[in-house]
Amino acid sequence: MIKFEHVSKNLAGNTVLDDISFEIKKGETFCIVGPSGVGKSVTLKHMVRLLTPDEGQVLVGDSAVSSAAGHELEKIRERFGFLFQGGALLAWLSVKENVALPLREKTSMEEKDIQDRVTETLQKVGLENAMDKFPSEISGGMRKRAGLARAIIRNPEIVLYDEPTSGLDPVTSRTIDLLIEQMRTGTGVTSVVVTHDLHSALSIGTRIAMLHGGKIVELCAPAEFVNSQSPEVQSFLESQFITKAGSWERNIK
Amino acid sequence: MLAHAFASVRFAFDKRGRREVLSQMFTSGIKSLGVITVVAVFTGMILALQTGIELRRFNQEVNIGTAVMISMLREMGPFMTGLILAACVGSAIAAQLGTMVVSEEIAALEIMSIDPVRFLVTPRLIAMCIMTPMLSFYTCVMGLIGGGIVGATQLGVSWTAYMDNATKYAVVKDLNVGLFKALLFGIIITTVACHEGFSTSQGAVGVGLATRKSVIVSFLLILIAGYFVTRLLY
Repeated sequence: MIKFEHVSKNLAGNTVLDDISFEIKKGETFCIVGPSGVGKSVTLKHMVRLLTPDEGQVLVGDSAVSSAAGHELEKIRERFGFLFQGGALLAWLSVKENVALPLREKTSMEEKDIQDRVTETLQKVGLENAMDKFPSEISGGMRKRAGLARAIIRNPEIVLYDEPTSGLDPVTSRTIDLLIEQMRTGTGVTSVVVTHDLHSALSIGTRIAMLHGGKIVELCAPAEFVNSQSPEVQSFLESQFITKAGSWERNIK
Repeated sequence: MLAHAFASVRFAFDKRGRREVLSQMFTSGIKSLGVITVVAVFTGMILALQTGIELRRFNQEVNIGTAVMISMLREMGPFMTGLILAACVGSAIAAQLGTMVVSEEIAALEIMSIDPVRFLVTPRLIAMCIMTPMLSFYTCVMGLIGGGIVGATQLGVSWTAYMDNATKYAVVKDLNVGLFKALLFGIIITTVACHEGFSTSQGAVGVGLATRKSVIVSFLLILIAGYFVTRLLY
């Protein structure tokens, strides 16, 4: 569904992505992990052409997103929902206005239908009691959930999550993980999750890719990931106290 | 960006667009009235006092009305309005858009296929195109009143004589040129502020730099554009 073909990217003189190739299949939850600054978010932003590769190309279905423009790019982006690290809510709009924004701007839905859909989506993320609040009046976790509601309001085929659980308490992190898992099992959405939280990636991912030094050093299922012989993966696992195979559990049933 | 913003003007007249334009008119215009009133009145008072002191030497202090009126209409009205709006409104636009870039709100709009120029720049541009000439006219009126107060209280020029003299030599062209300048300044302020805001990088430091640069560039362009308009039309 999403294909990276020999993608390289330099930012400020540093090689962030170095000839990486991989494919994300329809309906899977694909996690990209690695320490901070290895290019996880950069990889994610290439999928919606917020960044363009210096070399190689990114395909979404049959469309080359890296060279798309105008109406074609708009059509490709309409297939995506994107949850940004901080939620990226517009500060002067309330939670419900933020969530309704894509419907108001990009569809011809009646106002009543918009209100119904917004209420339903906010209920899904547990924010029905905060819909009239402004982003500055709610917590970081709530902002992320509101951002998620906005990302999924138009029922996208693919949802991209940029560090969905960073900076959140463990309970809220699990809530977000559950929502991502429910998206996959409930609606068959393809999810791409960028995170440095391995516990989260091992819980929700169907496959995990680890980035290091601009390369993908491991790409496999969670069960294989914890047994990886790659020194970078082993070091990353140890840094999060996942020291041996079987010490983690799929805690989402 | 300017052409793109003008090309999107039709979207400013749908329901959401109208509300946004009115909101921006309130922010850029009504909220600036206080400072504009003070600056305009004192500008008129200073103009009247300086010219009045010199004219008194020739017993011509009654002519301060003409001096204040023409100065305000042709130059000081749009110029002072432009400077105030560049400092108050332009800086606020640059800071807001810069913060939106840093917090990825602009990227979020792009992914939702919402054109940031149409969504953010066009309403601000229309609001400034409407409000800057109106505020410039208001500045002229306030400046004229300020000059009249100085004339009546310090130079012995009656209000009636002051107003008769003020309206005697001023022509409609002076008003039109002043309003045209104000319109041009409004476009300059919005374009520069939006461009600087969208070009922000480096987090909070970048927002500060964008705001500062927006004010400086607007000031310079207002001065330069003001000169060339005067040069072309007089």
